[in-house]
Amino acid sequence: MNTRVEAAWAALEELTDPEIPVISLRELGILRDVRPAADGLEVVITPTYSGCPAMGQIEDDVKATLARAGITARVVTQLAPAWTTDWMTEAGKEKLRAYGIAPPHQTPAGSNVVRFISKPARTETVPCPHCGSAHTVESSHFGSTACKALYKCLDCQEPFDYFKPY
Amino acid sequence: MSAAIDYLLHLADNALVLGQRNAEWCGHGPILEEDIALSNVSLDLIGQARLLYQLVATLKGGECTEDKLAYFRDTHEFRNYTLLELPHHGPLSGYAQSDLDYGTTIVRNFLYSALMALLWEALEKSANADLAAIAAKSLKEVRYHLRHSRDWLVRLGDGTDESHARVQASLDHLFPYTQEFWVHSPAEAAAIAAGIGIDVTTLRADWDAIVDAALAEATLQRPALGGYISEGKQGIHSEHLGFLLAEMQSLARAYPNGVW
Repeated sequence: MNTRVEAAWAALEELTDPEIPVISLRELGILRDVRPAADGLEVVITPTYSGCPAMGQIEDDVKATLARAGITARVVTQLAPAWTTDWMTEAGKEKLRAYGIAPPHQTPAGSNVVRFISKPARTETVPCPHCGSAHTVESSHFGSTACKALYKCLDCQEPFDYFKPY
Repeated sequence: MSAAIDYLLHLADNALVLGQRNAEWCGHGPILEEDIALSNVSLDLIGQARLLYQLVATLKGGECTEDKLAYFRDTHEFRNYTLLELPHHGPLSGYAQSDLDYGTTIVRNFLYSALMALLWEALEKSANADLAAIAAKSLKEVRYHLRHSRDWLVRLGDGTDESHARVQASLDHLFPYTQEFWVHSPAEAAAIAAGIGIDVTTLRADWDAIVDAALAEATLQRPALGGYISEGKQGIHSEHLGFLLAEMQSLARAYPNGVW
């Protein structure tokens, strides 16, 4: 592999999500590729939710991190294939859990709209990230950010965020 | 090219206008969780609008930007469904003030999300690869919007006598505006012919199935259709859109090219 590309991956490994500062952009699946281009490197990122206000920050962070490492790069935003929580690494999911956010379930394969609404996700168990209890309820489909739902543990009584399958 | 632009503007304006309307709840939600939920739905819609406007700006080229499309077009240039610009209330004249009615918000979000869940799914196969990519993202988001509004529709409809009566009144008021979904505008017809757009009438049976199942669960009566068919997507709007745009666009027009 090109050493400049390797150096860029290594520098970006430190870079975490602005909203969830325990998981790296690579582990989240936002950082898609680093490739050589004619005038330096090209870093490919993909947006999570269409309206995620962190995307501008992420692009700036990528540029600043690489600049500090002395690497010239251009950031390219790519929409397809659409980001999915299935790209999150297992290590990343474990970091979310330790941080108090229940990691996402696998997205249901080929679910069509009618099936999606007639069989809500809350029939699936979302274990409490604090005490591990499966005895939890959804308080709201939408939590502190678009990507999370708000849950409550009925055993330890703690509220927590669930990273929704997307 | 022009067929694509007009069609993309229709989709973008739908998302922006409803996003702006729902954002009126920000800080005013009936309960904290709903305040957050509706703001999140708005964020998704405005994000979808941005992606679509950016695509239009690329196709138009020159000096066109997403901000120019959102902030510097006037009422008659907007191509959204009339349904999406109506206030969060029953019939109301343009300048009248009223408390926001949450049932109206929920009914509208449900009727629109049910359509868009089907339309975005179909648009994943659009001949325009950029639109197909935006559709794939938006589909993931609208499924949550549909589930959210459907759950509340059932809770309000099958709730107390008052919540049932109010949400039925909202449905009676808004349902006739859905007739606009099924009548092609010239822009839609051109986009369908070009393979970019989807013939929404092919989605109508599925939309009816989603709506009827939810209404039955909510113990609500499906209103009869008929009467005036709105034409917002052809630029012929209610008096309410101008007030919405005035609020949304005033800052950008007072400080063109302003940044912070």
